[in-house]
Amino acid sequence: MAARTISFTLNGEAVSAEVANHHTILEVLRNEFALYGARESCGQGLCGCCTVIVNGTAVSGCLYLAAFADGAEVTTVEHLDADGRLDPVQEAFIEQGAFQCGFCTPGFILMTKQLLERHPDPDDDQIKHYLSGNLCRCAAYPEIIKAVKSAAKKRAVAR
Amino acid sequence: MATTTIPGGTIGSQIGRSLPRLEARDKVSGRAEYTHNLRLPGMLHGKIFRSTIAHGRIKSIDTSAAKKMPGVFGVYTAEDVRKVIPNPYYGPAFHDQPILAMDKVRFVGEPVAVVLAADPHAAEAAVQEITAEYEELPAVYDEIEALNSKVYVHDELKPAGTFADLKHLTGRKQTNVALDFKLRRGDVEKGFEKAAQVFEHTFRTQKVLHLAFEPFVSIGDAKRDAVTIYTSSQGPSFVRTEIARLLGLPENRVRIRVPYLGGGYGSKLYIKLEALVTALSLLARRPVKISLTMEECFYQITKHPCTFRIKSGVDKEGRIIARKCEVFWNGGAYADVGPRVTQKSGFTASGPYDIENVHVDSYALYTNVTPAGALRGFGIPQLVWSYESHTDMVARALKMDPVEFRRKNILKKGAAQATGTPVKHAPLEAILDRVASRLNWGKPFDKGTGPVKRGRGLAIAIKAVIAPTTSVAVLNVTADGSPILYCGTVDMGQGSDTAMAQIVGEVLNVPAESVRVVPRDTDVTPYDMGTLGSRSLFHMGHAVRIAAEECRAKIEALRKELGEPEGSNIPVADLFKKKYGMQAGNIVGSGTYKPDYIPPQPGTGLTTNVAPFWMVAGAGAEVEVDTETGKVIVTRLINVVDCGKPVNPKIVETQISGATLMQLGFTMFEKMHIDGGQVTNASLADYKIPGIMDVPAVMENEAIDTVQPNGPFGAKGVGETATFCCGPAIANAIDDACGVRITELPLNAEAVYRAIRAQQKTPLEDE
Repeated sequence: MAARTISFTLNGEAVSAEVANHHTILEVLRNEFALYGARESCGQGLCGCCTVIVNGTAVSGCLYLAAFADGAEVTTVEHLDADGRLDPVQEAFIEQGAFQCGFCTPGFILMTKQLLERHPDPDDDQIKHYLSGNLCRCAAYPEIIKAVKSAAKKRAVAR
Repeated sequence: MATTTIPGGTIGSQIGRSLPRLEARDKVSGRAEYTHNLRLPGMLHGKIFRSTIAHGRIKSIDTSAAKKMPGVFGVYTAEDVRKVIPNPYYGPAFHDQPILAMDKVRFVGEPVAVVLAADPHAAEAAVQEITAEYEELPAVYDEIEALNSKVYVHDELKPAGTFADLKHLTGRKQTNVALDFKLRRGDVEKGFEKAAQVFEHTFRTQKVLHLAFEPFVSIGDAKRDAVTIYTSSQGPSFVRTEIARLLGLPENRVRIRVPYLGGGYGSKLYIKLEALVTALSLLARRPVKISLTMEECFYQITKHPCTFRIKSGVDKEGRIIARKCEVFWNGGAYADVGPRVTQKSGFTASGPYDIENVHVDSYALYTNVTPAGALRGFGIPQLVWSYESHTDMVARALKMDPVEFRRKNILKKGAAQATGTPVKHAPLEAILDRVASRLNWGKPFDKGTGPVKRGRGLAIAIKAVIAPTTSVAVLNVTADGSPILYCGTVDMGQGSDTAMAQIVGEVLNVPAESVRVVPRDTDVTPYDMGTLGSRSLFHMGHAVRIAAEECRAKIEALRKELGEPEGSNIPVADLFKKKYGMQAGNIVGSGTYKPDYIPPQPGTGLTTNVAPFWMVAGAGAEVEVDTETGKVIVTRLINVVDCGKPVNPKIVETQISGATLMQLGFTMFEKMHIDGGQVTNASLADYKIPGIMDVPAVMENEAIDTVQPNGPFGAKGVGETATFCCGPAIANAIDDACGVRITELPLNAEAVYRAIRAQQKTPLEDE
């Protein structure tokens, strides 16, 4: 199996890893860096459980080949409370009870962050559009929509 | 002062608090523990080679090429499994399922061989090199066909012996009927003779999947005389018992550890991959992890498809005087818990109505498809779909208002339900009234004028909680006064850890956040029957309450012993210090709960105590039907449930809303398509589940104000309740909108448009 060394920035830190051509970024995060917040569920990039941020854009980690992350900036959900404080999106998800089993939650949170960075005051249609690629089998959708709105307010106040 | 007589006493500061889940921070930061994330040193990954045919004798399996593939540790078949587990059949109701297929395969997707490798990709590649030859046998897929088919899925029935009412099936041959439950009340034929009108309809439900986002995953770490299994399971105690039985080990040599679950919904009950990883670990002498892909989940366990023939005799006043229910459950190739679904749901197959003459025949049938088990309702959603669609059809035929018709026939307080058990604390009338009032029933409703028609409908339902079942809990108050709770209820998202901590907090008068709930580990957490059927809050809640009350009494005794004045609020930590001279000691309390129960009489199914509590639900729906395309939009979905006193109102609301949205998927579009036994849409790309766009514009969730007097602090479970009524409420609303009646789920645009065209006498051709 062809292998190569990739170097990238992971949650603000310069790292490198030995990867095979077929390895996804998700596998590398889990196997090399013990980061489990992104996780494979459907394996087809349809559910959003494996969401990670590469160069500022949310991608499906189960489809994104690790080799492409060479030189990139990669962020996972574990980075959001790096300073010891939860991100306003995380706080809002807790306050609104916007999850049950929690398996899909990191993906929703990362996608919500991307939504709010691009649309700080989103309406229902924008929220649904952004989050239509994330699925929640516990179906906490009504609470998630409330959490997104609440997070938008928290961010506006913080600014 | 009703609250003073309920177990647990008056309700204080912790019960009724909308506390966020204890593990909330871990879940939003991606750090919550799931078996999915777990790795052990030296661990191998297993990938499964599965049957490609629905029914056949295994002539040969060729693993030689696979064994030569790079990185492969070993390839194993049933022959190998028998070396470590001589009689490798498992299952909760029947010991019918082989760890790997033996001699025969009985459904497409059945595990036949496993490749082990350190690298899962190497194992996956090697699986492609395995070949098997089969002598193909005729197969049976449909539950009605299976009833009289000459194709037998099993040569002989093998009940597990766990359940007394299955013993009579031992050794039965030439049948696909794994259980026939009968309920006989009054004389149904005489009832039909007396009836002014008789109505008969047949309803069907489709095969659907739990689709928990954490796919099935187990890790076996087996030594010669001790086994540890890490698994995403809803029933660690059952897994321990079953693995101990298979290995001939005492229970204390088998340890089952269960962190949080990424969803369960009934799929992870009883035993799934646990026996397989144990056998493989024994063979490989290494820890073995099997993690299914989402596609493979379609070959593990599903919901039961069902055919329900229902016949009702109604007198001149519109009273239902006789009802006959014949229910056929498509259980797939292995029984799993199907026979329990068949029996337990059979108790209420005639619905929440007061009917003098009831006849229920409920059959569990083997077929050559993926096995079926429990899915959030234990069969009740399938039954309610049928009887509440039927109820509306009868009301319409009688030209009676559907609400009035239900009100006339509803089980009133204290009346005997079909089994003969009086319905107590089952506020059916109140729930019907609440749903009707929220729908503004009786007031004019805009039905639409163009091609888009509007309609509304409702449904009500009752379920008897599974009985009798046992829960045990242990509470340990540590030297600084902080409590540790050991309980086997699995938190799969329903918030049980939080609710149990609230019960401890209530009894000990401490904040629920200060209670540590130990993750399930059968070496330390005591017995629990399983996290299923909305039973945990009631059963485990009582066990936890009793354990906490014992601790409280011991703390009080210690206070007395140390000469502290009565009513003193001296902290527990100071009591310990005074007693032991330093921060030391423990106070341990335990609680066991098993409710009273009278088993139903064989042959009649009658009993005066079928269950410790009833679950009651109602739903209302408003829909828009585009009569030119068949597309249905649910614009408003109302759910009203009785869960007694909500321990955590926010989590209760999330359960009601989440349960009904899941059922909305089963109602509107979810369906496993099966062609020649092969699932043709086994992926999330082809099997659509509800997304954020599918949420109705208006959702109303209500837990009616009530208490369950025999529940802990007046509470009872709610995990399933809001799944019951969604389907028929929507079908009834579609009928109200455009006058078509769909009798088979799902209610997708094609089904609705076909029904509209048939009604217009221009039917579409069959596929």
